[in-house]
Amino acid sequence: MARAELMNFDAALDQFEPVIGLEVHVELNTRTKMFSSSPNPANSQFHSAEPNTLITPVCLGLPGSLPVVNETAVRYSISLGLALGCSIAASSRFARKNYFYPDLAKNYQISQSDEPIAFDGGVEVELDGGRTIVVPIERAHMEEDAGKLTHVGGATGRIQGAEYSLVDYNRAGVPLVEIVTRPIFGAEKDAPALARAYVATIRDIVLALGISEARMERGNLRCDANVSLRPRGAQQLGTRTETKNVNSLRSIERAVRYEIQRQAAILAGGGAITQETRHWHEDTGTTSAGRPKSDADDYRYFPEPDLVPVVPGAELIAELRAALPEPPAARRARLKVEWGFTDLEFQDVANGGLLAEVAATVAAGASPAAARKWWTGELTRIANATGRDVTELATPAQVAELAALVNEGTLTDRLARQALEGVIAGEGSPREIVDARGLAVVSDDGSLYAAIDEALAAQPDVLAKIRDGKVEAAGVIIGAVMRATKGTADAARVRELVLERAAAS
Amino acid sequence: MSCPEASGTLAGSGDSGSGNPAASELIRLTAAELSAQLVAGEVSAVDVTQAHLDRINTVDGTVHAFLHIAHERALTAAADIDRRRAAGEKLHPLAGVPLAIKDVLTTRGMPTTAGSRILEGWIPPYDATSVRRTLDAGMIPLGKTNMDEFAMGSSTEHSAYGPTRNPWDLDRIPGGSGGGSAAAVAAFEVPLALGSDTGGSIRQPAHVTGTVGIKPTYGAVSRYGAIALASSLDQIGPVSRTVLDAALLHDVIAGHDPHDSTSLPDAWPSMVEAVRRADVAGLRIGIVRQLDSSSVQSGVSTRFHEALVLLEKNGAQIVEVDAPHFEHAIAAYYLILPAEASSNLAKFDSVRFGLRVTPPGGGTVEQVMAATREAGFGSEVKRRIILGTYALSSGYYDAYYGSAQKVRTLVQRDFTAAFEKVDVLATPTAPTTAFKLGEKLDDPMSMYLNDVATIPANLAGVPGISVPAGLAPEDGLPVGIQFLAPAREDARLYGVGAALERALHAQWGGPLLAQAPDLTRMIPLEGGHR
Amino acid sequence: MSDITAEQVAHLAHLARIALTPHEIEHMTRELGQIMSAVERVNEVATPDVPPTSHPIALHNVFRADVVGNTLTTAEALAGAPEADGTRFVVSAILGEEQ
Repeated sequence: MARAELMNFDAALDQFEPVIGLEVHVELNTRTKMFSSSPNPANSQFHSAEPNTLITPVCLGLPGSLPVVNETAVRYSISLGLALGCSIAASSRFARKNYFYPDLAKNYQISQSDEPIAFDGGVEVELDGGRTIVVPIERAHMEEDAGKLTHVGGATGRIQGAEYSLVDYNRAGVPLVEIVTRPIFGAEKDAPALARAYVATIRDIVLALGISEARMERGNLRCDANVSLRPRGAQQLGTRTETKNVNSLRSIERAVRYEIQRQAAILAGGGAITQETRHWHEDTGTTSAGRPKSDADDYRYFPEPDLVPVVPGAELIAELRAALPEPPAARRARLKVEWGFTDLEFQDVANGGLLAEVAATVAAGASPAAARKWWTGELTRIANATGRDVTELATPAQVAELAALVNEGTLTDRLARQALEGVIAGEGSPREIVDARGLAVVSDDGSLYAAIDEALAAQPDVLAKIRDGKVEAAGVIIGAVMRATKGTADAARVRELVLERAAAS
Repeated sequence: MSCPEASGTLAGSGDSGSGNPAASELIRLTAAELSAQLVAGEVSAVDVTQAHLDRINTVDGTVHAFLHIAHERALTAAADIDRRRAAGEKLHPLAGVPLAIKDVLTTRGMPTTAGSRILEGWIPPYDATSVRRTLDAGMIPLGKTNMDEFAMGSSTEHSAYGPTRNPWDLDRIPGGSGGGSAAAVAAFEVPLALGSDTGGSIRQPAHVTGTVGIKPTYGAVSRYGAIALASSLDQIGPVSRTVLDAALLHDVIAGHDPHDSTSLPDAWPSMVEAVRRADVAGLRIGIVRQLDSSSVQSGVSTRFHEALVLLEKNGAQIVEVDAPHFEHAIAAYYLILPAEASSNLAKFDSVRFGLRVTPPGGGTVEQVMAATREAGFGSEVKRRIILGTYALSSGYYDAYYGSAQKVRTLVQRDFTAAFEKVDVLATPTAPTTAFKLGEKLDDPMSMYLNDVATIPANLAGVPGISVPAGLAPEDGLPVGIQFLAPAREDARLYGVGAALERALHAQWGGPLLAQAPDLTRMIPLEGGHR
Repeated sequence: MSDITAEQVAHLAHLARIALTPHEIEHMTRELGQIMSAVERVNEVATPDVPPTSHPIALHNVFRADVVGNTLTTAEALAGAPEADGTRFVVSAILGEEQ
């Protein structure tokens, strides 16, 4: 596709004010789907199911089947609404959104229209350098996910050019909460970073609530980014584009930045922005035009007659409110103090979207410093090198175990990195890998004594030098011992023992 | 009142296929009588089933009440009931009693088409809850009955599989949409049937076939497995030849179902008990001024008023009431129904089940969907889908669907006000007796007007019953009287229906249908008819 | 409002995914006009002060516990499909964009 003209980002900001709006879809990790008792693939337990195995008549929209609302999904949605600072509707209703698409089993989506479960909230989002912006939330509503299409016969596996498509309805009916912001003004040059930080914050919230696996690479958390520009000083909002399904934190920032630069080039050249959906291409770092938004989009919403209103009582709301985790901003402030991080160290963690991971790793027994070091260091390096999401490489429990092995002296940092490779390769827990690969530092002094004595006996001249106080000569012995133990010995300990042995002999 | 005049001509001897001298007697028995004989071991379920299958074999080529006949499955199930009963197992009283199922209800392993080409050959992987309950009671499904496509119609002429004929006059419609269930019961092919009623689809066929039909309170019977026409109006109910039989089936199918969010959690009283205690002494019966109009056929009006007089003689009090918004009910109904139907029928898209039609030279999935729906839906279905799509579309919603939902509120208020004055309402079930096949096929509005008296109950969710009131003097065709009660007061309808039935049977010397002196006169064989 | 045009009917047919023939569109335009002028009567009484009723019997908070129930086998799920590849449903090429 032809590469769009881009304006330099700073130049674009000089001429235009960016206004963004974000729609985040959160897949809830309930055991069953939104409207059917089928297992929910957004719950890790059922994630790897074969196609069309998580299916009931409801998931397929079989004639005669009827939806029944999952109570846990409603509780999760209310909790999320509360955590977003929203009001909870006194009475909330489901509505049918009617459109034909092969991944939509009934050719209508059960969603919510004018009576969402939560509305009018705000989320405080912290940017690099400590700037905070309150992102206004318009609404959070409950709905169901669609099935998955696989396009066959096209060159790229994309929809264009495909000969036919395959439909798997496992995902059909997965509970979703769609969080819609109001237009966000005033982010200025921080707009791309704000988009990223906002989604990271939502991710932290749903993880803290425990209501979603929030793995972006699995689509548990998906973001559509609306971007428009208006000339400096203008009152009226510009025409917006909606970039769909940007599925990593890094991509969100890039996509918003790209759209600002692309739109600025068009507007500065006297062109007009087409109101349309756009697709983000991870490989090229660009967006391309999708479907134009038009009046033909007539979803014919009407109240879902198969379902009855959800009327959350004050008691339920109070119960869920009391159980809320602390707000993200307060939590960040507390964690920074508790962990004793510098501003820079803390930002490293927060901007990497790693707060939840570090917190969970600390909770699993690691020191904050070790947890931070592993997540922002080695794991982030591997993630960047392999293009994978850092959170899918290892679990906090595994990282904590790794840190413990280093702390107790079983592993050196170098050996720990080898163990981590094993963890990422799926060989098991760090301890299992240490055993299987024989990685442990030789901490049994007895076996070290034998190796040292052997090396000293083999090189009496060196022993003599050491006795004469030429301590640096010990290096030869240490090297021999390390070779003999295939590097599993702790060199510092070996040095201590060599000196002790030489003195004693 | 005289015995009914048969309208057909005598043609040979029916029931010749059974080879069992008792068979012609078995098919005349009510479900209650069959139940008694089965429980007493006087007949076997296999004999009862075989007798009805024979009857179907003899007459259904003419009546065409059935779309699918589950011959072997029925006999196997009947043999199983006999075995269990012989082994001393405690069975439901209806165990072994044959049943017909409207083809709108899903039946595991048995074709289910809703009268549409688009579902031809579809075999559901699950049973509707109402069907499941009859199976759990040991009833024997003999097959699936014909209906207007997706229950859209008042004549069963809109079935993709050809019309059903009214057993009283084969040139006339059996009502609709559940004409198949009503005709099967009226033609003694089966004592009981399940129907669905969205605007009168159980009650109007009962009216024109001389049978009993009940639309229970909305939510009394699960809609799970009922292929939805209009979700907020649809209700499943029984069709029978007597009020007691309907009550027996009602007690089996009613009750809360966790698979249907609109299913009422209520514990229901026994309808059979209500029939047994039937008494109208002191009962206040309201007649709706707005429905007592000149457009009602004279014989329908005559039998309606005679029935009221009879009820009065039995101690009821007749009171005139107003329901000023009933006249707007049809308009509201023909907005709400198409709107909901347009959405409910979107699932028929050639992807997961049913027909697929590929345009010549292939096409995109959108084109395949559109070609399939063009070929698979009949004209009435397409008309209502387009109408409903219009009523919901942006810019029209408030004026059409929104306003219709307000009329619904007003109709409910009319009912509430009326039921402050009276215990039940009475109306002619439909304005005319059975009309001729084809008579109204090209005139949708006139067809729609048939439902004027039945629709308000669906809009408000209240229960309604149609009970035979006799034959219209001018054409000798059956006439029904409808009673309506407040929501959840279904038992009250069984009480008044049974009381009227008892009084009428005393006049007639037995049930209206059982009056037929010779079944073969009512159902002439093919070729013998005109 | 009941002045429904053939273009509108064609658009509605597209929204409803029914490939109506030109003859059907013409016929239906006439019929819909008649029906709509009859059903518009609802507006005679549907005044702003009247609340709409969407459920005949008002219930609320009908929920299901989050407990896994019976599922269909893949074979059962695909049994009614016009075309399937053994594990998934097969549809011809999709022209439109994903929603």
